[in-house]
Amino acid sequence: MAVETAPAPVIEKQKKEPLFSKKNIRTLRDPLDDNNPITVQVLGICSALAVTVQVKPALIMALGVTFVAAFSNLIISLLRHSIPTRVRIIVQLIVIATLVTIVDQVLRAYMFDVSKKLSVFVGLIITNCIIMGRLEAFALANKPWPSFLDGIGNGVGYGLILVVVAVFREVLGSGTLLGYQVIPQWLYDMGYENNGLMVLPPAALFIIGLYIWAQRSWNKKLVNVS
Amino acid sequence: MEHLLNLLIKAIFVENVIFAFFLGMCSFLAVSKKIKTAFGLGLAVIFVMVLTTPLNYLVLTYLLKEGALSWIHPALAKVDLTFLAFILFISVIAGAVQIVEMVVEKFTPALYNSLGIFLPLITVNCSILGTSLFMQEREYNFVETAVFSLGSGIGFFLAIVLLAAIRERLRYANVPEPLQGLGLAMIITGLMGMAFLSFSGIQL
Repeated sequence: MAVETAPAPVIEKQKKEPLFSKKNIRTLRDPLDDNNPITVQVLGICSALAVTVQVKPALIMALGVTFVAAFSNLIISLLRHSIPTRVRIIVQLIVIATLVTIVDQVLRAYMFDVSKKLSVFVGLIITNCIIMGRLEAFALANKPWPSFLDGIGNGVGYGLILVVVAVFREVLGSGTLLGYQVIPQWLYDMGYENNGLMVLPPAALFIIGLYIWAQRSWNKKLVNVS
Repeated sequence: MEHLLNLLIKAIFVENVIFAFFLGMCSFLAVSKKIKTAFGLGLAVIFVMVLTTPLNYLVLTYLLKEGALSWIHPALAKVDLTFLAFILFISVIAGAVQIVEMVVEKFTPALYNSLGIFLPLITVNCSILGTSLFMQEREYNFVETAVFSLGSGIGFFLAIVLLAAIRERLRYANVPEPLQGLGLAMIITGLMGMAFLSFSGIQL
C-alpha cells in the first residue's frame, strides 16, 4: 500500500507551485529595497510624511496600510476576471473604502487616542496611491496568493520608511522613543536641547530626501529612476 | 465676513494642503517637472475641490449625520450612518470627476486636451478627499466649507506651480547623481515648507 501511494503527492507537488517559491519570495522582498513604494515608486508619500512625528502612530498606520494592501490585492485578484475594465477604478475604490472603514472602526473602538492622532489620515488610506497602484500594476494580472504577498511586501516596505523617519523625528525632536525617554537627563542639564525643527512637517521631507540619497548611492541601479 | 476671509487666508498659506499636511504629494512630485502641466493640474484641482467638498457637505448633513434622515421620516431620527462617510465621499468624488471629464470633453475640447490624463487622476489625489475629511472633522457650515475648499485648491495650485518653477531651474544645476530628481525634490519641498511656516500665526 505504502509503495503505491507514495509517488502520488510528489507529482502533485511538481504541478503546483510551492507556497513560498523563489518568485513569491522575490515578490515579498522586492518592495523592501529595490522596488520600495515610497523611495522608488514614489507612491503613498502623503500619509508617510504626516504621521511620522512619533513612532507609535507610524507603526499603527503601517499595520493599517499593510492590512488594506494585502486584502484589497487578494479580493481584486479573485475578482479580476469578472470586473469590466471600464468601471474597474470604481470597483477598486469601493473594495478599498470598505476595508479602510473596517480599519477605522477597529481603531476607534480599541485605540481611540491613536485614532484621534491619525485624524483624517486613516481615511486617506483610500486614496493612498500605493494601494491603487499595486491593484492596477499587480493584482489585476496575477493569481490571488502572489497578489496577497505583494500587498504584504508593499505594506511592509512602506512601513519600513515610516518607522525609520518616525524614529529620527521622535528621538531628535522630543527625546523619546515610543513614549519612553531615551535621551538622558544629564545631557539636558549640560545644555542639550530638543531639535524643534524635527517636530515640524518639513523635517519628514528632509529625512526622506536624505534616505533616498543614501539608498541611491548604495544601490546604483536606482539612480535616474525618476 | 472677516471670519471667512481669515479662513481663506489660513487655508491658502498657514494650513497649506501640501506644506502643512502633505496631501496630494504623489501628483505634486510627479507632475511638477514643467510649469505648464503643473498649471493645468493646479486649475483642475481647484475646480474639482470647489465642486466636491460642498457636495460632500450636503451628503454628510442630509444623509449621514445622526438625525440627518429625519426629513424622510421622523422614525429615522436616530439613525447614524457616519461610518459610511468614506465610501460615499469617494464615490461622490469619483462620480464628480467623471462628470467633469465628460462635460469638459464635450464643450471645451481644447481644455480637455491640455489637461489630458490629469483629470481622471484627480480622483485619487489625496488632497481632495482630505479636504472633505477635514470639513467633516472640523464641523464647518456650508459657507465655510465652500470657502475652505476654495482656499485649499488655491493652496495646492500655488504650491505645485512654485515647485515646478524651481525644478525647471534646477535642471541646469550640478547636483550629486544619487540626489538628482526625487531626493532633491523632497528636500526642496521641505525648504519651501519651512518658508510657508513663517505664515503661521497670521490673522486678519
